[in-house]
Amino acid sequence: MEDTFWIDFAVVVGRCVFAVAFVMNIVPLLIWGERKGAAYIQDRPGPNRAPLPLPHPLDTPKVLFQLLFGQSPKFKPYVMVRAAGLVHTLNDVVKLAFKEDIAPGHVEKFYWFIAPVIAMTIALCTFAVVPFGDSFLGYNLQVSSMDGGLLFVLAMTSLGVYGIMLAGWSSNNRFSLLGGLRSSAQMVSYELAMGLSAVVVFLSAGSVSLAEISQQQAGPIWNWNVFSPFGALAFILFWVSAFAETNRTPFDLPEGEAELVAGYHTEYSSFRFALFFMAEYANMIVAAAVTATLFFGGYNVPFITGQMLREHADLLVMLAGFGAVPAFLTFAVIAIKRQSRPFYQSIPKDDPRQREPLFFASVWGGAAVAHLGLGLLGALGMISGPLGVEINGTHLGPEVVAFVAQLTALSVKVLIGCWIFIWVRWTLPRFRYDQLMNLGWRYMLPLSLANVFGAAAWIIVKQALFA
Amino acid sequence: MPLPKPQKTLSFAESSYLVEVIKGMVLTMGHLVKNIIDQDRFRTVEYPDVRKPMTARYRGAHRLTVRPDGHVKCVACMCCPTVCPAKCITIIAGEDPSDPAEKFPVEFDIDMLRCIYCGFCVEACPKDAIRMDTKIYEINAYTRQDMVHNKSYMINLMDGLKPEAEDVYRHDPAAAPAGYTSDEEPVA
Repeated sequence: MEDTFWIDFAVVVGRCVFAVAFVMNIVPLLIWGERKGAAYIQDRPGPNRAPLPLPHPLDTPKVLFQLLFGQSPKFKPYVMVRAAGLVHTLNDVVKLAFKEDIAPGHVEKFYWFIAPVIAMTIALCTFAVVPFGDSFLGYNLQVSSMDGGLLFVLAMTSLGVYGIMLAGWSSNNRFSLLGGLRSSAQMVSYELAMGLSAVVVFLSAGSVSLAEISQQQAGPIWNWNVFSPFGALAFILFWVSAFAETNRTPFDLPEGEAELVAGYHTEYSSFRFALFFMAEYANMIVAAAVTATLFFGGYNVPFITGQMLREHADLLVMLAGFGAVPAFLTFAVIAIKRQSRPFYQSIPKDDPRQREPLFFASVWGGAAVAHLGLGLLGALGMISGPLGVEINGTHLGPEVVAFVAQLTALSVKVLIGCWIFIWVRWTLPRFRYDQLMNLGWRYMLPLSLANVFGAAAWIIVKQALFA
Repeated sequence: MPLPKPQKTLSFAESSYLVEVIKGMVLTMGHLVKNIIDQDRFRTVEYPDVRKPMTARYRGAHRLTVRPDGHVKCVACMCCPTVCPAKCITIIAGEDPSDPAEKFPVEFDIDMLRCIYCGFCVEACPKDAIRMDTKIYEINAYTRQDMVHNKSYMINLMDGLKPEAEDVYRHDPAAAPAGYTSDEEPVA
């Protein structure tokens, strides 16, 4: 009892930290994807100027030589890396963190201060019930393995409206208030369709626990709920409602800038604004993760169950390692080829950005070598063999492989979902308010109700026929 | 006045949004993929590193021209401050001790914060003393005082600058850089 307490404690803390880190690490990536994706869709290059000085891997021998022989550096031992605009996100964080935090005199102080905190907390809390793997050394990979998992998700998304409503109301500003009002009306109307389309999933699963729903979708992809008879329509309804719940275009009326300045976060600046901004992206990630779990098998790798992952860990590592090598080498070649672009011809020859293509080529080359090594480890059977230790009678190697593979599967599904959020935002115009309400109440609600009845009838028919 | 056309009734596929939404998304994805494959499709000029050649008619910062003997061409006739719609030109006239026959501007200031770059001063000048052919468009300073260009600044504005090859491109389009389009009709 005494000795397992601290292990259990560490496991709980570790799961929480991991879940928060998972969401918060995808957020900057999404902000970058939003900007770059928008730019490429609109035929412009997008952010690509903010540079980050980094040491050049190919400089290492030179620098070492000069250090050994006590010479002063004769060249600039760094390269300006712009990484296709990824550095802009870093700059934004620094800017938002150090900007002056202005609280206007006319706001309701207490509610105004807690509103962004509520928005962010709720967004992160929802991820607590999303499983990101089947198990690791016997521990559940889920912050809270509560039985009412999906109900918790629905409850939390309903709470999410409080952050926006409080921000809109406490700002004491008619634009913010209108934004908050629109947001609450919209979220309340789409919650119904969202909940009802999720009912289809737990009718067929017989459980509302997300871990169990994921478990049932293991194996081939036709086990995924989206391919069940009424799952496809349920998925479409759920996904459209998710757009409305996260206030994304075409349902981003709460911050319709043409009408409402910036909506509910008009009065916020500095890091309080950043909290709202991040909460929007965190909500997208959570919505994508919940959708992936409900309809697309969650953490399950298509066609490969967790059991198979553990049994064939060496084979999988070998395939993944060797398979990644040509991809990385292709990236390296593309990086070198970029040197001939007109941009590099027009900047001066001694500009630190001139060495950027070579920097990326060496990074990709290094990744290729690392994956070659990983593939060799798998080919020699080291993962489940001599490398690694046994803990409680379970070998660590296959467990790590299964964990990484399932986390990658979930991440890929989440990123695809988030990309669809971004893609739709830069394709569709905003709905008008009456169109939004029409769609929600007159089409999606009856459709999802009919879908629930259809799914229930199908289950009864199936039991009568095949039981 | 023509009557408004009757509104087209939407088919079921159109009014269910889904098909049309997917069509739109395919279109935007097409642009994205094309732009990832060929990144030189963009018409964007990466400004501080790459600069667009300015056309000959571009009205940039003002300069004052000088006679071959080094005197400023301006005779302080006050045509330009008179015609200036923004009232940004201030001239204090005086007599040139080395050439007493001529009036000359003791001070010639243009407040670039007020200037609207209409070019009327250039049109009005009887002596071809003021020109806007510098093609300089980066007119900026840290203080308002520094935004007032004075006589010596405007005389020396073109020092150290290579004359633009604009006139060459106009007569020999083959020599122009890729993507260059002239505002003027090509000379046959």
